Amino acid sequence: MTKHLLTIKDLDSWYGQMQVLHEVKMHIDKGEIVSIIGPNGAGKSTILKNIFGLIEKRKGKIFFDGKNIIKSKPENLTKLGITYVPQGRSVFPNLTVQENLEMGGFIRKDDLSEDIESVYKKFPGLKERKDQKAGLLSGGEQQMVAIGRALMLKPKLLLLDEPSLGLSPQMKALIFEKLIEVNKDGVAMVIVEQNAKMSLNISDRAYVLELGKNKMHGKGKDMLRNKDVAKLYLGGG
Amino acid sequence: MGIAAQLIINGIIAGGIYALVALGYTMVYGILRFINFAHGEVFMLGAYLGWVFNILLGVNVIVAGVLAMLGCAVAGFVIDKIAYKPLRGRGMLPPLITAIGISLFLQALAILIFGAQIRTFRTGEVVRGITIPFIDAIITKIQIVIIIVSVALMVALHFYIKYTKTGKAMRAVADNYEVASIVGINPNKVISYVFIIGSALAAAGGILVGMEQNLTPTMGVSIGIKSFTAAVVGGIGNIYGAVLGGFMIGLIENIGIWFIPSGYKDAIAFAVLLFFLLFKPTGIFGVKKGEEVSV
Repeated sequence: MTKHLLTIKDLDSWYGQMQVLHEVKMHIDKGEIVSIIGPNGAGKSTILKNIFGLIEKRKGKIFFDGKNIIKSKPENLTKLGITYVPQGRSVFPNLTVQENLEMGGFIRKDDLSEDIESVYKKFPGLKERKDQKAGLLSGGEQQMVAIGRALMLKPKLLLLDEPSLGLSPQMKALIFEKLIEVNKDGVAMVIVEQNAKMSLNISDRAYVLELGKNKMHGKGKDMLRNKDVAKLYLGGG
Repeated sequence: MGIAAQLIINGIIAGGIYALVALGYTMVYGILRFINFAHGEVFMLGAYLGWVFNILLGVNVIVAGVLAMLGCAVAGFVIDKIAYKPLRGRGMLPPLITAIGISLFLQALAILIFGAQIRTFRTGEVVRGITIPFIDAIITKIQIVIIIVSVALMVALHFYIKYTKTGKAMRAVADNYEVASIVGINPNKVISYVFIIGSALAAAGGILVGMEQNLTPTMGVSIGIKSFTAAVVGGIGNIYGAVLGGFMIGLIENIGIWFIPSGYKDAIAFAVLLFFLLFKPTGIFGVKKGEEVSV
């Protein structure tokens, strides 16, 4: 097997009695941005949850850095270098921005101040609000807090579930700009997006999923030009 | 002036105890959305442990108090592990009923070990109060200790919750249980800490009340319910609300007996509970409904 950062082999996954993933195959290389696109209910978010050990009923293999992590729990995965930004407002609303970032580094025993500063450097707007409760921030700022928090462990792989959901177009663009910056530091990413155009634009590769099965796979830019993808997932554009 | 001042002083003394016990209810509720009805019995257990160390074993009273707090911390930890943890994720009712069961179990255990009769820290000497100058109210030494110790513990808790890593993790788990697990916080560990701290605070309250009044196996029942009332009034889930609620209940019931016969003292707290449940169920600093999580 080649040395991918993450390899998913024949992954089946269930919610109760309902099978939502069927023999899904996927890989992510070091430093890559990979998008998963597809219609509602295709199982996109389920893949992220599977990588992050949040789904119990499943079969198959997931290798990270050559190690099978199918039995690993989220706590252990964060230690291995995978962090996850779930969908929606995933901050601690009553904790300050600073405390949110500190919680991102919860499992670390060393001093966090340097890395908190580097998050503020990336998201300058957050520094001014560091003592405000995260729940009082705008949706976009909350998303930045959540991404910043996930960076506190200096992950090798960042999982992002709909990072632009519910944000204004300008804010969406800003978030994607920031993701490119983060990626330049060597962080590989898996992005699940409804807003496929933007995420395909910044992606090296993309997987199209339909009804829990692999449908298509290719380079991000090629997907943007692909007529079927355009018709089905990019709003006719 | 004398009577009014006296009632206010009495209210503050009672309020300090209610607040200490209310903190345990509110901290557990904040994370688990579960009312630990055995908490009043942990308070009772603390009083008896203090009595065992101090009166039976002759340990210095301060050391006895600390040992009782440690003992209750262990008890709280164990109760959570064996009785509540296995029921997590199975809805609201099973842990609630279990808590009532634990409460009855602990009361029965206390009767079995210590008997149903009253036990006391007193050595027979008459306790004389000190008259506070200017306001003409009387306070005893142990009552002064109650105020100082309860306030000191509350301040200590504030700093713990606000500035330590575990304290922040407690707030994080209370805020968003799922995201807390995602950043690598083990919620079960945090929950253990919550039970340990809440139980130790209740134990402190138990010893203080035991020293001021007497010990009976059912001493935790009425203080438990009143402290629960305090937690609801302040906004259950919020520790500052619990402190405010505790002092409010203490003051309201003590000042209330100026207007109505003192036999109705207990009824006052319940009337307040009823009022809040009907008109302001989220309490003064209530947690918003939308932020609730099911665990």
